[in-house]
Amino acid sequence: MTSTALRSRAWKLLEMVTTPLLPSDYLDLVSPLRAGADLRGRIEAVHPETGDAATVVIRPGHGWRGHTAGQYVRIGVDVDGVRLWRAYSITSPTDRQDGRFTITVKAIPDGKVSNHLVRGARPGTLIQLDQATGDFVLPRARPAKVLYLTAGSGITPVMGMLRDTEFDDVVMVHCAPRPQDVIFRDELHDLVAAKKLRLTEVHTATDGMLDIARLDELVPDWAERETWACGPAGLLDAAEEHWSEHGVQERLHTERFRPSVVVAGEGGEVTFSATGKSVDADGATPLLDIGEEAGVLMPSGCRMGICFGCVSPLKAGAVRDLRTGEITEAEPGVLIQTCVSAAAGPCDIER
Amino acid sequence: MTAIDPTAHLTAEQIEELGRELDAIRDEVIADRGEKDAAYIRKVISAQRKLELASRGVLLFSFFPPAWLLGTASLSVAKIMDNMEIGHNVLHGQWDWMRDPKIHSTTWEWDHVSPSDQWKHSHNELHHTYTNVIGKDNDLGYGIMRVDEDQKWHPFHLGQPLWNFINACFFEYGIAAYDLELGKNLHRSRRNNPEFRLRARAVGRKIRKQVLKDYVIHPLLSGPSFLTTLAATFTANVVRNVWSHSVIMCGHFPEGVQVFERRSIEGETRGQWYLRQMMGSANISGSKAMHFMTGNLSHQIEHHLFPDLPSNRYAEVAVKVRALFEKYELEYVTGPLPKQVFSAWRKVVRLSLPNKKPKVRTPEREQELLAA
Repeated sequence: MTSTALRSRAWKLLEMVTTPLLPSDYLDLVSPLRAGADLRGRIEAVHPETGDAATVVIRPGHGWRGHTAGQYVRIGVDVDGVRLWRAYSITSPTDRQDGRFTITVKAIPDGKVSNHLVRGARPGTLIQLDQATGDFVLPRARPAKVLYLTAGSGITPVMGMLRDTEFDDVVMVHCAPRPQDVIFRDELHDLVAAKKLRLTEVHTATDGMLDIARLDELVPDWAERETWACGPAGLLDAAEEHWSEHGVQERLHTERFRPSVVVAGEGGEVTFSATGKSVDADGATPLLDIGEEAGVLMPSGCRMGICFGCVSPLKAGAVRDLRTGEITEAEPGVLIQTCVSAAAGPCDIER
Repeated sequence: MTAIDPTAHLTAEQIEELGRELDAIRDEVIADRGEKDAAYIRKVISAQRKLELASRGVLLFSFFPPAWLLGTASLSVAKIMDNMEIGHNVLHGQWDWMRDPKIHSTTWEWDHVSPSDQWKHSHNELHHTYTNVIGKDNDLGYGIMRVDEDQKWHPFHLGQPLWNFINACFFEYGIAAYDLELGKNLHRSRRNNPEFRLRARAVGRKIRKQVLKDYVIHPLLSGPSFLTTLAATFTANVVRNVWSHSVIMCGHFPEGVQVFERRSIEGETRGQWYLRQMMGSANISGSKAMHFMTGNLSHQIEHHLFPDLPSNRYAEVAVKVRALFEKYELEYVTGPLPKQVFSAWRKVVRLSLPNKKPKVRTPEREQELLAA
């Protein structure tokens, strides 16, 4: 018998010992970061960067497969007892020796997770992790000239790249409201002093938003440069248009942060994605009724919000609790009680 | 059904106002629910797991009588915690708001022979929706007993004190049979129903796993303590069964608790539903430890009003709910465990015999009783 077969037998036996729980339920009590556990991490430190941004140092569990410079990681953080998942760019280099990695988070207004991480996260806290992912990364072949075009927290994946790989000719154009809002400002200026980077800061509070046409003046050879751009949608849209106009769009790589801004409304189009049906719903009819009328096989129970027999995954959009008016937005793993929830804008129920 | 309707003095408007006041109590807890509550349930789950591990560890040496006693006692407590404060409440969805897939009503499995999904259907959906409605809520005597004068008497009920005692000792099997609706489904016409067979197989699998763990694997691991460990796990299961049976009997069977006719819930409003839960449940008074060991089902009234609120909040909710009982001049049925268990048992014994007069509630009879 091979050793894997032996191990899986031993594990089966252990499962018979721990049933109805799993052996991992007990192992998690003592070693939540061990190999074979669900991927988790421990916050080891939180360093303030600017008034509203901080770098979080995370020790990942043994299952962590590392990252490529420029990638992001999804993390699940418990805020007020509720698990919320968000994606953040990794800002540490890939060759960091202590096995930890960092993310840098800017608190956005009303951002539950970002505000919690910047202001409320405590070292020692366990968080949930996914493997690093994303294709906003450096190519294998080293480009001769590089341009980083960033704004606000869009600097974070680029910082991961800057710290990871040195190029001969690197220019960065970075936009932030004021000098003190520039994340990593000291480190950037050190790189400039060491002649490893040419940096143009655009302070939008005084200079106004960056007009993409100004690139000719700021970086005359921009069109020859392999460019990585990250920032708000307005900047990236303008960049894509500009690069296309000059026929060099293949040199532009962009990363869009998609903050999950769901505008909650009254009613909307409800999609039942497993069945493939879509119907219009008002903001007062329970989604359970909507689904049943549309001929979707909906699980149901008490029809008054107490038995949890009707819970269904909310894949996209938002719903409103008809009892409390509370809005729930779609996130992976979010289940809603369809008997007391109505559409708050377009939404997708996986039934 | 008692002869006098104890809610007769309330107007329809008052009942709806009562409903709104209860809604407000619920909203307050939900607005305040957060990190502390999450920390509470995680602490309880972690403590339960450590206690179970420790007691199973001690039982490896169960041939040594003090070890047997300690191991059996702590395993009983661990099993009670698993079923009552953790399992029952997690399966109610009380902790679903945390969005932690490991502590969620859709993923939880408990140390019990009834698979959690079947129990959720019969308990959350049928019992909690149709609480104490004769003919709809099978919890009223679990189909083997009469617990109200208005339930029809049958000679089978003569044995109900004995049935109740056996049910108490093997309560988890009673629940599994009950969740399967065995009484109904063993009938020849239903026995081969594929849906029933599927569910019966699921119960079979769960029983096999539970029995294998408690009565084969753990005793085997104990080596020379095989028999004493077997006796210990059997005892712990019986202790857990009798305890949960007693607590649950106190929830709906003591004197003073009302039952309802099928007709009476037609077109029931939210306020009326609340009122039925208030009149159809009874509490157990006692210390914090007592409330904890009952899985906070000692706050049965509050649990029935708000089955999805986290159990650690029932104690504070109870203060406000009790004030509403007083305000609306309703009887809040509560008492210490021995008193309530005795009251429930007395009813089981009394109703094993047919009652002289079925108490049908008519205005004339109410007048008659009021006069007497």
